[in-house]
Amino acid sequence: MKTDMRFPLFRLEISSRFLVVLQRNLLVYTKYWRSSLIFNFTEPMLYLAALGVGLGVFIPEIEGMSYLEFIAPGLLVSSTMWATSFECTYGSLIRLQVQKSYYAIITTPVSLDEVVLGDIAFGAFKSILYGSVILLVLLILGLVASPLALLVPLVLLLSGLVFAQLSMIWTSLAPNFEVFGYYFTLVLTPMFLFSGIFFPMDNLPLIAQRLAWLTPLYHTVQLCRGLISGQLPPAYLTHVLALIIFFLILFLPPLLLMRRRLVQ
Amino acid sequence: MQTDEAEGLPALDFPLCTKGVNMQDITISRKIISARNLVKRYNGKAVVDGINFQVYRGECFGILGPNGAGKTTTVKMIYGLSPISDGELTVVGLDAGRHSREIRKHLGVVSQDNNLDPELTVWENMIMFARYYGLRPAQIKGHLMQLLALMDLTDSAKARVDTLSGGMKRRLTIARSLINNPELLILDEPTTGLDPKARHLVWQKLRDIKQQQIAILLTTHYLEEATKLCDRLVIMDQGRILEEGEPLALVEKHVGSQVLELGLKTDPSAFQEMIMTRFPQLLKGSWLLGDTIHLYTGNGSCLLQKLQEIPFPYHYHLVRAATLEDVFLKLTGKEYVPSNED
Repeated sequence: MKTDMRFPLFRLEISSRFLVVLQRNLLVYTKYWRSSLIFNFTEPMLYLAALGVGLGVFIPEIEGMSYLEFIAPGLLVSSTMWATSFECTYGSLIRLQVQKSYYAIITTPVSLDEVVLGDIAFGAFKSILYGSVILLVLLILGLVASPLALLVPLVLLLSGLVFAQLSMIWTSLAPNFEVFGYYFTLVLTPMFLFSGIFFPMDNLPLIAQRLAWLTPLYHTVQLCRGLISGQLPPAYLTHVLALIIFFLILFLPPLLLMRRRLVQ
Repeated sequence: MQTDEAEGLPALDFPLCTKGVNMQDITISRKIISARNLVKRYNGKAVVDGINFQVYRGECFGILGPNGAGKTTTVKMIYGLSPISDGELTVVGLDAGRHSREIRKHLGVVSQDNNLDPELTVWENMIMFARYYGLRPAQIKGHLMQLLALMDLTDSAKARVDTLSGGMKRRLTIARSLINNPELLILDEPTTGLDPKARHLVWQKLRDIKQQQIAILLTTHYLEEATKLCDRLVIMDQGRILEEGEPLALVEKHVGSQVLELGLKTDPSAFQEMIMTRFPQLLKGSWLLGDTIHLYTGNGSCLLQKLQEIPFPYHYHLVRAATLEDVFLKLTGKEYVPSNED
């Protein structure tokens, strides 16, 4: 009982110090950003060329857009999802298990909660950075129809936080690097294929549409497509709301699970 | 940070009782760690089982023990990575359970693993750590440079950490742990995995740090390390403190000044018993490892002479100075003591 009083599980230790952890990750990132950025940028471009240009000629207009215009925002979003997820799974577990940076940082006044938040913030940073680079390319390719696209990075901040949180939950439970395969194959890939990136969800059975609603990717794709094409009905605010709700629900689990793993 | 302390105070002694000065106050102000009946349980099993110890400013205090003795767990409780199950733990005057973050502001921790940022340079590692402590690197540049100089790393400031040798990494970890001018430096097996030369250099550096009158808590299973660095130490095994004292006093108390090693091919335990019953006044105990009897004695050559008077089939003998290692083995290993049933 004494122990419980001293260590309330929910006594969060959060301050602006998490920004120092973010700063650390950014400093390390300056060492390898070129290779990382090129790698993450190439993949969506390949998809765009193969599907948008190659497959696209056989597909009539979707929702008043060419197929290329239809899939471009979705590929932008999915590439940010991959980038953030890689960062907060493999990247974070390397910091935790291989480099033991987490253990070093928590001997200082920085708390474990702040370390985890710093990593999540870094995941969101990558989401914004990679998404913005691809947005620039889409602009050059003439695939951006509306100045509302300037708001895309804000959406990517929100979605980046959510994907980082999800990845971090997985990382806090991961005994080794192999188990990330499950996350990527069983969680992210189905989301990638069935979140309205390649085809509108209306054609799918109702159950699939409902399931898509439960994924952060679906809402992010809808929002970014709306912003880039300029077709943004007010009902799209529900997508923003959905992402905010995801963020709030997922705020505590990574912190608590990482505590369970490190504080013994 | 230690300006309130007069220089040249004896590292170990309790404060002198001076008229008009409340002794309790001084004791508290100099006491950096105080553990009382400290317990840590994992799944109901106590890995630290009611230990008591104090560490004072200016001393190097050692926790010795075999792997699994509870050393690292004790250290983790001090810097808040491991919640306390029972008992009291006060660090720099604060309750370790409640004020972990505040305590860490006053600590430097060199943990067992290398946990530097390998992609960053030596200098970048230093400035990042300064930031974790809420310090502005630009304002304490001179201090950071001094620390690198102290650890012989000035020339490597721009080198990436993954290009450094093991010894240099260790010294950088130590330099990094001093950034906040800690009141307590925790060294958790600081030289594990280093080659002998690198280890001796690290010891030299740690002795330099000791001059600065900060408290050092050292855990190790290198007995030589403990002898060289510690003013006072405890020997831990299975979560309990077996013995506490100054290294040389412990050696004298448990083992005497010398050890006579005898190698026997046949029936060493019978001979061990025979010697123990025959020369009790010359012996402080003995320990059998394989076919070698270790005889703890005040006078090895005298004992050897007496043994040579009786026909004795040993094929190897060595008289050497007793070390902390003998104390350690005696306390944590199986040992033959005539008066005990074992």
